[in-house]
Amino acid sequence: MTPPEARRIGLRFENIDKRYGGLYALRRISLEIAPGECVAFAGRNGSGKTTLLRIAAQLVRPSAGKLTFSPAQAGASPATKNTGFVAHATMVYDELTAEENLLLFARLLGIPEPAKRVESLLHDVGLFERRDSLVRTFSRGMRQRVAIARALLHEPSVLLLDEPSTGLDPQGANWLAETLWRLHGAGSTILMSLHGESEISALATRGIRLDAGTVVADTQNGANLRSILTFASA
Amino acid sequence: MSLFSNTSVLLGKELRTEFRSRELLTTTVVFILMVVVLFSFTFDPTREESRRFGPGLLWMAFLFAASLMLQPGFLREQTNDTLSALRLSVSDPFAIFLSKLCANTLFLLITELLLLPIFAVLYNVPLLGVVPQLALVLFLGSLGLSVTGTTLSAISAQARMRELLLPLLLLPLLTPLLIASTEATAALFAENPALRWDWLAFLIAFDVIFLTAVWLFGEYLLEE
Repeated sequence: MTPPEARRIGLRFENIDKRYGGLYALRRISLEIAPGECVAFAGRNGSGKTTLLRIAAQLVRPSAGKLTFSPAQAGASPATKNTGFVAHATMVYDELTAEENLLLFARLLGIPEPAKRVESLLHDVGLFERRDSLVRTFSRGMRQRVAIARALLHEPSVLLLDEPSTGLDPQGANWLAETLWRLHGAGSTILMSLHGESEISALATRGIRLDAGTVVADTQNGANLRSILTFASA
Repeated sequence: MSLFSNTSVLLGKELRTEFRSRELLTTTVVFILMVVVLFSFTFDPTREESRRFGPGLLWMAFLFAASLMLQPGFLREQTNDTLSALRLSVSDPFAIFLSKLCANTLFLLITELLLLPIFAVLYNVPLLGVVPQLALVLFLGSLGLSVTGTTLSAISAQARMRELLLPLLLLPLLTPLLIASTEATAALFAENPALRWDWLAFLIAFDVIFLTAVWLFGEYLLEE
């Protein structure tokens, strides 16, 4: 695995529109995310946070506008740009065990010594004892831990998190915050959608509020950033 | 990672999940066994009659099996949005399609393997002398069913009324393949069995054309 600092990646959204039929999910979004930045997106339900993250992951093609990565080759394909994505859905298989799920994705990502990496992540997320249990037998919080472990398998240089602390207990949320601090310190670019303040929101160096698919506030100032996040939860 | 290694890892996952749940194989085998057994009681066929309508019945049963089997392929990936996770992990998205194609073809061939001896007994059709030739026809026909069905399953999984859409798109597209497969099988069931190379060439061409088209445009099938 290449360490994140060796492949710091920035993103540039240029006049991005996303339409579903006649409905605009995003309208003329232009943002420059610097390599290593940690951005928190806030906004009410349906404001476009998830769509923006899915466009950043290149899972959704914008209806208009352009997404570019710096360095340019970073966006050549999802695997080469080293993106980790935690979505609303867990993105893991219910019919496989926690270990089988992580091994599957580790092998697809071409991680050297996948079994070792999976074992270490299972310890980190506190699921080592339950590694042989099928994911469908897990609680929501445990599934979320597997989902986060999957996204972190390759220590991605761009991490996209859609309300990542959903279902996590306080210990889980603390672990996630510590992990994100470490990855951020190592140079990973982090984009996350959040509702309200938490251990994880303290990590954000920039806050962007979306409303009806447009950017209505964008700040790097600590006090304003807090108000952006708390407004979203109000 | 190469296309081949991605595909083999994903094929392993497909086989593991299916053999763990046996969801597709059990449903399909039971369904087509019922079709074949019911028809045998209705007609009480002689060997001559079986030679005439047996190939058509056999391929109709395989078509039913395929439409039952192919629908869940990409639908399963939508339950937890695992398709997105796969797209973020593989170096070539064609690997996702190829692994599903291999799995579907394999499951279809297993179903056919289970069905054929029962068909031979119930319909009084001697198959022992033409096993290698029949295996070739079944393989090419099943590959065609799987290529077309897997492609349409990827398309229909993201649509509304998906349960209706797959058979609606699948049946007209498969008509030429089913005619060729039935004709090639009928020639093998005849009094003097023969391998019809014209129909075989048609099956090969069908498989190659569809597989190439999916290889070229498959990436778009997986997009949201």
